[in-house]
Amino acid sequence: MSSIAAPRRVRGPSAFGGGLRRTLYLTWIIGLTEYRLTYFGSALGYLWALMRPLMLFGVLYVVFSKIVKFGDDIVNYPMLLLFNIVLFNFFADASTRAVTSLVDREAIVRKMHFPGMVIPFARVLSGGMNLAVSLVAVFIFLLAYGINPRWTWLLLPLLLVPLVLLTLAVAMLLSALFVRFRDVAPIWAVISSALFYGSPVLYAIDKVPEDYRQVLMLVNPLADILEQGRRWVIDPNAEGAIAAAGGGAWILVPVALGLGVLALAVWVFNHEAPRIAERL
Amino acid sequence: MNGRATAVGVAGVSKTFRIPRQHIMSLKERALHPFKRVQVTDLHALKDVSFEIEQGEFFGIAGRNGSGKSTLLKCMAGVYRVDQGEITVAGRLVPFIELGVGFNQEMTALDNVVINGVMMGMSPREAQRRFHDVVGFAELEGFLDLKLKNYSSGMQVRLAFALMVQADADVLLIDEVLAVGDAAFQQKCFDAFHDLRERGKTVVLVTHDMHMVERFCQRAMLLDHGVVADIGDPPSVARRYLELNFEEAGEAEVTAARPGDLSHGVAIGDVWVEGQDGRRADSVGQGDPLVIRAEIESLAHIDDPEVGVTIHDESGAVVFGTTTRELGREEEPFQRGDRLSLRIALRNDLRPARYYVDCGVHEGTHRVAAFRPRATDFLVFGNRAQSGLVALDHTFDLERHPDRTEAATTP
Repeated sequence: MSSIAAPRRVRGPSAFGGGLRRTLYLTWIIGLTEYRLTYFGSALGYLWALMRPLMLFGVLYVVFSKIVKFGDDIVNYPMLLLFNIVLFNFFADASTRAVTSLVDREAIVRKMHFPGMVIPFARVLSGGMNLAVSLVAVFIFLLAYGINPRWTWLLLPLLLVPLVLLTLAVAMLLSALFVRFRDVAPIWAVISSALFYGSPVLYAIDKVPEDYRQVLMLVNPLADILEQGRRWVIDPNAEGAIAAAGGGAWILVPVALGLGVLALAVWVFNHEAPRIAERL
Repeated sequence: MNGRATAVGVAGVSKTFRIPRQHIMSLKERALHPFKRVQVTDLHALKDVSFEIEQGEFFGIAGRNGSGKSTLLKCMAGVYRVDQGEITVAGRLVPFIELGVGFNQEMTALDNVVINGVMMGMSPREAQRRFHDVVGFAELEGFLDLKLKNYSSGMQVRLAFALMVQADADVLLIDEVLAVGDAAFQQKCFDAFHDLRERGKTVVLVTHDMHMVERFCQRAMLLDHGVVADIGDPPSVARRYLELNFEEAGEAEVTAARPGDLSHGVAIGDVWVEGQDGRRADSVGQGDPLVIRAEIESLAHIDDPEVGVTIHDESGAVVFGTTTRELGREEEPFQRGDRLSLRIALRNDLRPARYYVDCGVHEGTHRVAAFRPRATDFLVFGNRAQSGLVALDHTFDLERHPDRTEAATTP
């Protein structure tokens, strides 16, 4: 008889267990599958990944730039709108689709030993693939619009890392809670549209009355990410997140808030993971 | 088998499900009644279950629906967390709680093989490398470009089973997967099982089909209401399983007239089975005397009556039938008010299973005067391991000739 592996205890399901490699492979393969199936069967296929944000941008551009003349005093307003929409859409789409992810994937969750977080992570990953494609298009538009490339464009990953982490945190939190409380889906629909208007997507932060500006920057980490993106990518003269948040150490407040949400999400998911398969 | 290492150890495992009376609590209810506890019913799916499976063993876990066998399997697979006790596994365990978990109907066989392989713990590259072995085993080489949804269900099962065989696990947990597929493929699965056994793999088969357990398993365990009812060699476990079934069946006896009964001039009353001791019985041991009894009352004049009984199994296949006419007897006409008692005695050479008794009366060769399908049923228990519909009494000689032929002299 060949050598036998030492007996190991079966620990049951968990959020992260089962080996890092397997977790990564699983996230990759499930995320890729979901991405490939997103626009499956549609005539334009992957082109929709570009068309959707572009069409939304088109509508908003006509409304806010041509009809209500909202963005006239914002530098490169159409491009800011496009850039913001692509970033925000990633957050909103991925988190919304993650809410029901564990329930949607019941067939796997109940039949395989599984690091639970793979499921919401895979949804975020497939959203990330969309984001990557869209961003390429965004930068082509920026160049076509006449914005000169600047070295700060290379800092884009510094925006994307917190954005992705925040999205992952929300995805974990919502997907785990949804298993217990189905109310999470409609609640999140309301909150995410509130966040759309509560973040400087359609507007720039200097449009916000000064009384509220700092508060907004402190309580909504998305506002800081978008505002810093505006400075690095669209308009170098914009004040940026640090100044808008009140300068200096104030920026740590939204950072701490984001990390707090992440920690809460990890704790909740870890706490729920062992019983998710039973509750589905 | 002694001295082998333990592949799977289950020690004192208990699992309780708390089932809320109302499954989904909404936030509103929580908010309105913050102190109201959710009412729950405790379901003890497993109670202090302990056993060990040795390396290279083919182990069967049997039990009826609701006995806890699927819960146990899911605990072993790590899908559920146990409340108490400990499960240990040596090597890589791959569960097949369902064939083709994660199969995606919109994708091709290759995509699905890779996805499934990764789920079973391979890297995407390893899974890709195995593709040709898998497809070869499944005999699907000609259909690789098709999306899975264009496969027949049989083809999907073949692909899924091939993935399982090629998974290269040390311990396989298999749940009721052979209930599907055509006969030829089932044979292939059986061969694959034998092959796994040869290669020293540990296989745990969870099923309610005792024939499967008797056919493949070296040892078996019977679960009943979450406790280990029996553990040992498959025939004795199978016998215990049938006894359990019989005990349960005895609790709910139904002999009232049911739809399907026909009565045109003759009424068939009570129909029952008697065992060895001449008393009514629900189960009869294999090889024991079996007596079928019925009470018949004639409500009219019946010319040329023919009385008969058939015994058939769950699937409807008739295993035995006899009538007065087939025996060459000519019965006197029944008069109105005649009462008759039927008694058929035979030796029970049936295979262990549940059987049903139909009883009927004909007038002449065509007109049905009375018919009671499934008038009664009984269970046969026994531990003779044979195949086929009936256990025919036989002798079996295998004589070894002292003078060997030249060609076969090498030991």
